[in-house]
Amino acid sequence: MHTQRDEATSTEQQVRETTRRFILSSIQVTRLDDDANLFESGIVNSLFAVQLMTFIEKTFAIEVGMDDLDVENFKSVNATTGFVLRKTGALG
Amino acid sequence: MEFHRIGVVGAGNIGIGVVTDLVLHGLCTVVVDVSDEILQRAQAAVLNNVRCVPLLSKTLPRITRDEALHRMVLTTKLQDVASCDFVIENVTEDWNIKQRLYEELDRVSPPDVCFGANTSCISITQIGGATRRSAQVIGVHLMNPVHLKPTVEVIRGFHTSERTLDTLLQLFAVLHKEAIVVNDLPGFVSNRISHVFMNEAAFVLQDNVATAEQIDMIFKQCFGHKMGPLETADLIGLDTVVRSLDVLYESFKDPKYRCCPLLRKLVHAGHLGRKTAKGFHAYPEG
Repeated sequence: MHTQRDEATSTEQQVRETTRRFILSSIQVTRLDDDANLFESGIVNSLFAVQLMTFIEKTFAIEVGMDDLDVENFKSVNATTGFVLRKTGALG
Repeated sequence: MEFHRIGVVGAGNIGIGVVTDLVLHGLCTVVVDVSDEILQRAQAAVLNNVRCVPLLSKTLPRITRDEALHRMVLTTKLQDVASCDFVIENVTEDWNIKQRLYEELDRVSPPDVCFGANTSCISITQIGGATRRSAQVIGVHLMNPVHLKPTVEVIRGFHTSERTLDTLLQLFAVLHKEAIVVNDLPGFVSNRISHVFMNEAAFVLQDNVATAEQIDMIFKQCFGHKMGPLETADLIGLDTVVRSLDVLYESFKDPKYRCCPLLRKLVHAGHLGRKTAKGFHAYPEG
């Protein structure tokens, strides 16, 4: 029997995997720590935040508002996953 | 000098960046290109740039979508720049196109207006010669993404006057941009050097010395460059890079500027870099 918690975990895994796959397809690394700060580490330049935001809006059908336009929301796989879950109401 | 309205001729990649920068800093623009479709696409891109400013910069002004729209007049008629205080030209890097454009621009613009020629490689002196106001033509090599770059390579043509340079510097003061003023020869400083790098990187890839990823990583991780030469070529657009190399080759007649066959082949295949999602590297669509 599926519980609400199982579903939430499954959604989180899907979002995380989709986000990770997009990032890996866009940058020149083969492995990526989910907590690695993409911008501070120099893996990508700040323009990538726009690409990632656009991808997330299209893929998860969410609208990124003015208040959400903070690079902190997109700085890593985990940060992006958390942001998507908050916006879709799947978290909390 | 007070600037009320700036003409932006050519609404491609760089033109979009120029309009973004101008509207962010409160300047009204008259944006000219050859079709409504191109202009609509450019307007959408400017609005997206304006929207994304908080993500990319802590210091650039924040403006609303309506404010940005209010500061853009889109037109396919070049004579509409007649109301502008300054014109920035960003059309395709093709001398025949630029020559015809400048002859027409000269006819429709008030005599005291200066032209900023945004060219990758074509001589500013040559461009000035297509007008009857060569003292008022100056090179402004604005680079992508224009609104995020604080410094601009500015090129003084043979006849460019101090007054024209001063007018441009006043416009740059509004945009919070610094100028590095250099003299005129095709490719100036930036592209005369960078295109040799990009072209040779393509030869290294063609000769199977390293992968595209390895070439760029060596520049980033060993030299500390922000981007590798092939990534940079993809960002500029491989068609533009080829056109610039051809201009350099024609201008200097020096074989070091001969275009790498792989680079030209990618352009023929429609792999133009980021704008087509395929170049030396692959990029997400859309």
